[in-house]
Amino acid sequence: MYDIIIIGAGVIGCAAARELSKYNAKILVIEKCEDVCAGTSKANSGIVHSGYDAHSGTRKARFNVEGNRMMDKVCEELDVPFQRIGSLTVCTDESQVSALFALKERGERNGVEGLRVLNRDELLKTEPHIGDGVVAALWAPTAGVICPFKLTIAFAENAAVNGVEFLFDAEVKSVFPENGIWHVKTAEQEYTAAAVVNAAGVYADVFHNMVSAHKINITPRRGDYILLDRAAGGYVRHTIFQMPTKLGKGVLVTPTVHGNTIVGPTAVDVEDREATATTAEGIDSVTQKSALSVKGLPVRQVITSFAGLRAHEDGGDFILGEPDDAPGFFDCAGIESPGLTSAPAVGAYIAGKIKEKLQLSEKEDFIPTRKDILDPKKLTIEERNELIKKEPAYGTIVCRCESVTEGEILDAIRRPVGARSLDGVKRRTRAGMGRCQAGFCSPKVMEILRRELGKDLTEITKCGGDSRIVIERTKDGEKDA
Amino acid sequence: MRKIDIVIIGGGPAGLAAAVAAYDSGVDVLILERDEQLGGILNQCIHNGFGLHTFKEELTGPEYAYRYIRQVSHRQIDIRLNTMVMDISPDRVVTAMNREEGMFQIQAKAVILAMGCRERPRGALNIPGYRPAGIFSAGTAQRLVNIEGYMPGKEVVILGSGDIGLIMARRMTLEGAKVKLVAELMPYSGGLKRNIVQCLDDFDIPLRLSHTVVDIEGKEHITAVTIAEVGADRKPIRGTEERYTCDTLLLSCGLIPENELSTAAGVTLSPITGGPVVNESLETDIEGVFACGNVLHVHDLVDYVSEEAAKAGQTAAWYVRGEFSRDRGREIALKAEDGVRYTVPATLDPNRIEDKLTVRFRVGDVYKDAYVSVYFDDARITHKKKRVIAPGEMEQIILTRKQLDEYPDLRTITIKVERE
Repeated sequence: MYDIIIIGAGVIGCAAARELSKYNAKILVIEKCEDVCAGTSKANSGIVHSGYDAHSGTRKARFNVEGNRMMDKVCEELDVPFQRIGSLTVCTDESQVSALFALKERGERNGVEGLRVLNRDELLKTEPHIGDGVVAALWAPTAGVICPFKLTIAFAENAAVNGVEFLFDAEVKSVFPENGIWHVKTAEQEYTAAAVVNAAGVYADVFHNMVSAHKINITPRRGDYILLDRAAGGYVRHTIFQMPTKLGKGVLVTPTVHGNTIVGPTAVDVEDREATATTAEGIDSVTQKSALSVKGLPVRQVITSFAGLRAHEDGGDFILGEPDDAPGFFDCAGIESPGLTSAPAVGAYIAGKIKEKLQLSEKEDFIPTRKDILDPKKLTIEERNELIKKEPAYGTIVCRCESVTEGEILDAIRRPVGARSLDGVKRRTRAGMGRCQAGFCSPKVMEILRRELGKDLTEITKCGGDSRIVIERTKDGEKDA
Repeated sequence: MRKIDIVIIGGGPAGLAAAVAAYDSGVDVLILERDEQLGGILNQCIHNGFGLHTFKEELTGPEYAYRYIRQVSHRQIDIRLNTMVMDISPDRVVTAMNREEGMFQIQAKAVILAMGCRERPRGALNIPGYRPAGIFSAGTAQRLVNIEGYMPGKEVVILGSGDIGLIMARRMTLEGAKVKLVAELMPYSGGLKRNIVQCLDDFDIPLRLSHTVVDIEGKEHITAVTIAEVGADRKPIRGTEERYTCDTLLLSCGLIPENELSTAAGVTLSPITGGPVVNESLETDIEGVFACGNVLHVHDLVDYVSEEAAKAGQTAAWYVRGEFSRDRGREIALKAEDGVRYTVPATLDPNRIEDKLTVRFRVGDVYKDAYVSVYFDDARITHKKKRVIAPGEMEQIILTRKQLDEYPDLRTITIKVERE
């Protein structure tokens, strides 16, 4: 019996796990994929929003602004890359300028600080590649960019260090209460707990509707993105949003925290909750729309494209806390943008509610900090040589595009909630995220995974499940074995 | 800081041939190789067909590499394996790293860039669909099959008819896989004619020109692709879609010279080749930095890589020994026009040419019974009929010192394809 079971190891589930790990409680996170950060949390813009966008009084507005304010401390404690680069919401029509001021007022009502409307001349000084048609922009200095993988992984690692258990490759089939105790069934086993956190992303309505008569409905809303080479980095310096027009919602162009440039997303409602296939129309559309706000973007330097699914709930707002007919079941549902920004605040809010409910006491030996995988690029040559002397694996480059050493990959595999697949290594170290997209390093990373996990090469996967990379020995390979 | 005459970045066919030639010209040479053995990509090219020009016999890739590795070891040329070059400065300080020595720097009098090229990945092709396991660049699959000894799958579709894709079509078939087709976006193949015959035709593998992949299915592992015909604008034509089940998609859609280090050193790259702009001595616009092989421009035959690299080794050695006249007397521009996409070199100084100079180039389309013409300013010097000229086959012309000396006021040499 657990005190708390969290369904879903995305950024919300992991943020809640980390917050709850501050208390004396037995906690289990159940995730259907093979790793944390495998759903919506891995495929989004990586933006920390300022908070002017959501309507005042909504949970989105509240948790956005709260989450934004918490981000510096969280990222410092957990060693997550985060840069407050500021955002510009541009409009391309004089008639929209009044709407920009309305956004500014809304932001101020929401508690966003430092908002200012810039005219074209002021804009050009800070963003020289701004589109020719852009007339003005709303400047939000508190907006930033973050690594969504690292934030989720850091929450999970820190939670694990503080005693939270993680169960992967386990899809929850049903949730039900019995005599005041929650039962959570996977295909293999049944777990019980005093409280359940529903952080199941695009599946959150499924679990909510199993336990409550107040039905909710989540529609996966697909967004296609393209990611440009770091060589095209620095083309824009801030996150550039577009004001929605009659032609629809715009796309954003932003540097990522790692120096790439990302463009997207589209917004297409889909039925399948796993439908993360990109489309030619989607990729074309983000490319075309980006030209409205940024001119001459080197879109030919694309290194990959991908799609993510937002968990859009019919009501349009986050659904947080206990439904009145399911005490002990805590929803974190409908978490779409600004979900990543809100995650620290949502995690703290839910943890606070559960603490109250279960009368949890604070842990005396809670460890609040976590160190990221050591990045040798940040060391001097002397420091690096000291490190290589102690750990020769730091002297071998495995991923040439992102200059990732074997030492970093071993760390990613060996640390708590460690990597077990190519994608797991990639999200923790960036090996395979560069311009060759793992063409060079994947056989090397596969070999390291095989060695470290004590598996056969045919068991090594891209991202768990059936995503094996090689299936069997060659004829000659058979003889060698 | 350790000082050395010539540091060669890369121990593949280009680096090896450059090392031998430089050493034989009387200078100290160090080869830095990131892999655990010399030979580069030849080590995974276990098929034959290498060396017909150089050795007048058919060798496998590893055999061809071994011929040069032996020459390097006979000369006791200094090598560092498992060593990644991290940076080259404009004044030729090379920063490298390995497990034993850590990070170290070497001051080179000359640097020869011989890093080769890499494959264009799926991401750069904007192929829509899912992003499952089972999608490989052809060279990565070649490594898994030929070096690691594992099969990526049994039911294969190949996009792109580059040479590695064609070779892998045959290789996968010989290993018992079913290769369903090779789709090629362009109306012609990017590979050598002999590879189409020996790797596709001989195994009844269809080559579908003007076709591309328009969808990838499979959430965890690839299960099928949809291909479609493309029009003259290379956009898919609606209604021509065909679905093929498969568990492997190989991509052979172009090679990109690997010039991150060159760029860091300040070397100017050609937007056409993706490689450094070089003069007749294969010297880049950064003094003392030379380039050869696939880092300079993508070759289809290793024999030409060796030949070009030997030249770079020799000229780099001349540079180190001060045998170059530093004052470039005349600089004649080489221009690619009318179907010719680029030339290597891009400029030449006749005073630095011994007796002849090989100029290599590629064309942008398939030409039948056309002429390759060389103009010295406005005068047509050569006019040679070719039965077929294709983008997949590198062409060359030879300029002689004697010819050049006959035109003392020559400013521009133009190479073009002419119908008549």
